[in-house]
Amino acid sequence: MRREGSALNGFGVVMLKEIADHFSSIIVTVLLAGVTAVAIAVVYLGIGPIKDTVSGLAIRDYPFLFLLLFSRSSLPVALPTLLSQALVPWFAIALGFDAVNGEHNQRTLSRILSQPIYRDALLFGKFAAGLFTLALTFIMLWLMIIGLGLYGLGLPPNAEEMARALVLLVITIVYGGLWFAMALLFSIVFRSAAAALVVSIGLWAFVTFVWPWVAAFLTASVTTPNNVIDFLQTNQAFARLSPVALYDEIVTIVLDPSVHSAQQPLVDSYLSRFGLRAIEPGSVPGSPIPLLQSVLIVWPQIVGLVAGTIVLFVVGYIVFQRQEVRA
Amino acid sequence: MSDPVIEATGLTKRYNGVAVVNGISFSVGRGEIFGLLGPNGAGKTTTILMLLGLTDISDGKARVLGCDPVREPLQVKRQVGYMPDQVGFYDNLTAAENLRYTARLMGFDRVEREEKISASLRHVGLADVTDRRVSTFSRGMRQRLGLAEILMKEAQIAILDEPTSGLDPQATLELLNIIRDLKLRGVSVLLSSHLLDRVQSVCDRVALFNQGNIALIGSVSELGREVLGGGFHVEVEAEGQGIAERLAAVPGVQKVDQAGANRWRLTSDHDVRPEAASAAVAAGGRLFRLSVEEPSLEAIYTQYFETHEGARHAT
Repeated sequence: MRREGSALNGFGVVMLKEIADHFSSIIVTVLLAGVTAVAIAVVYLGIGPIKDTVSGLAIRDYPFLFLLLFSRSSLPVALPTLLSQALVPWFAIALGFDAVNGEHNQRTLSRILSQPIYRDALLFGKFAAGLFTLALTFIMLWLMIIGLGLYGLGLPPNAEEMARALVLLVITIVYGGLWFAMALLFSIVFRSAAAALVVSIGLWAFVTFVWPWVAAFLTASVTTPNNVIDFLQTNQAFARLSPVALYDEIVTIVLDPSVHSAQQPLVDSYLSRFGLRAIEPGSVPGSPIPLLQSVLIVWPQIVGLVAGTIVLFVVGYIVFQRQEVRA
Repeated sequence: MSDPVIEATGLTKRYNGVAVVNGISFSVGRGEIFGLLGPNGAGKTTTILMLLGLTDISDGKARVLGCDPVREPLQVKRQVGYMPDQVGFYDNLTAAENLRYTARLMGFDRVEREEKISASLRHVGLADVTDRRVSTFSRGMRQRLGLAEILMKEAQIAILDEPTSGLDPQATLELLNIIRDLKLRGVSVLLSSHLLDRVQSVCDRVALFNQGNIALIGSVSELGREVLGGGFHVEVEAEGQGIAERLAAVPGVQKVDQAGANRWRLTSDHDVRPEAASAAVAAGGRLFRLSVEEPSLEAIYTQYFETHEGARHAT
């Protein structure tokens, strides 16, 4: 059966209203202040170590100093970890946990849906507005780090570094979209905003802190301890079921051109315990590879993040379409 | 009925095989105020949601302004204004901002929008709180804002779900006046309520709901005649001998009941107050009071369900 008219009738109106709501909400204001503080801290605490590195080595020896601003700093945690484990999930959950149940609880849903729009427009509009807000926030954080970094280091990033930083930005927005889609799904499934928030935070804590342990436990139960490479690879495969691990992997590889394969950081960190270093067959160790190569290495992980986002959104969409309007 | 704007035939809604609305049929004429009345949970809101295409129809057919709400929901929703039970607005926005959002969804352009917003807010008496946040609004003000939205939409049909529930008598009166005004503008109104006496005064015709079925349908006076037997009850309070016999002899009186000391209740087919007065006086009695009861929905409803109690429990 064909429906009359466009499913996207009213999409833009909903999106603009939601964006306006986001930027006038107290939660978003607080989080924006937090993001600003993070940017300042990252640069302020990051510049010192980089300058130390520079003094010991010529720029032509390591042409990617600017990227160190993103990947390393004397903060207790590096920026990518801070983003993957806290900032991005929190921001996305804060934007999404009351998106649909809020309309139920304010009793606005049936009134809005009695206007000449489909439910599709409402949900798409909300999703697009959340993604836009996330994107705008991370672009702001990104520009602040680059701007303050330029000022502090007195060292302009080269084209390759800018391209890599841009990939980091895009991946961060996609990762935010995944968490937002999850929060949106819970806001559809749970009529109480508090329940949606608690479940979202619970799931966040699980995939961030508990899953690595579970992955290690599962690995130990299916591998023999004498095959180290097998152990590491199996563990990585289990860990990748968490979006946090996927994002970390992508960012590690995109921000460090000297990484030649997805297993390398793992093997390196294992071998470094014994003061050893792995050499990939056919490559000069530590030599930088082009951005395209780095992206190709993590392409499956990127596809995984996008697919996860789409699956979560589609499940939410189906539940929302079938849901009764009345409370 | 000529020119019906809403037609429902055998409309049915089942949840998990249980019929909440069970094959109801009714139609609403143009410019009519039609009331869906009945206790909570009788299927009124579900019926309304089906007419708007906001919930699927399990069986039967609905036509709203000639459109099928299942296949052409946008066409229906463009011409029908809906005010849900306990209508909600965005608390963080002002009255005008709330209307602006829905006006955009309706597709009005900027100039048209602002004119309509201020005109409709003025019409429902909210002009001086245009820029106040809805969070400060009382229940009655929210309901009026809901009606302002329908006015702004210039809807041909207004569907109001429990428009007066939770309102104080003053606010109810104001709201009913706005509803009457909608009718004067040629808008057909479908309203639901469980408060029978309040809506009785505005409805041209009513349908009494019971357990997903329409028990009775018609104008209040028709239902009165049908259910209460005679249409009129006249109460006479008089002192004297043989008054009851005299009253019973008045033409048109079907029954005389003693309602208390020196008080009689007459059931008649027309208003027999003048005749009853002269009868009481002719009997040499002293007449203290004479009053006529309009058939009330409350009475019709109670009477109907008392006599159909068995049927009600059997379903």
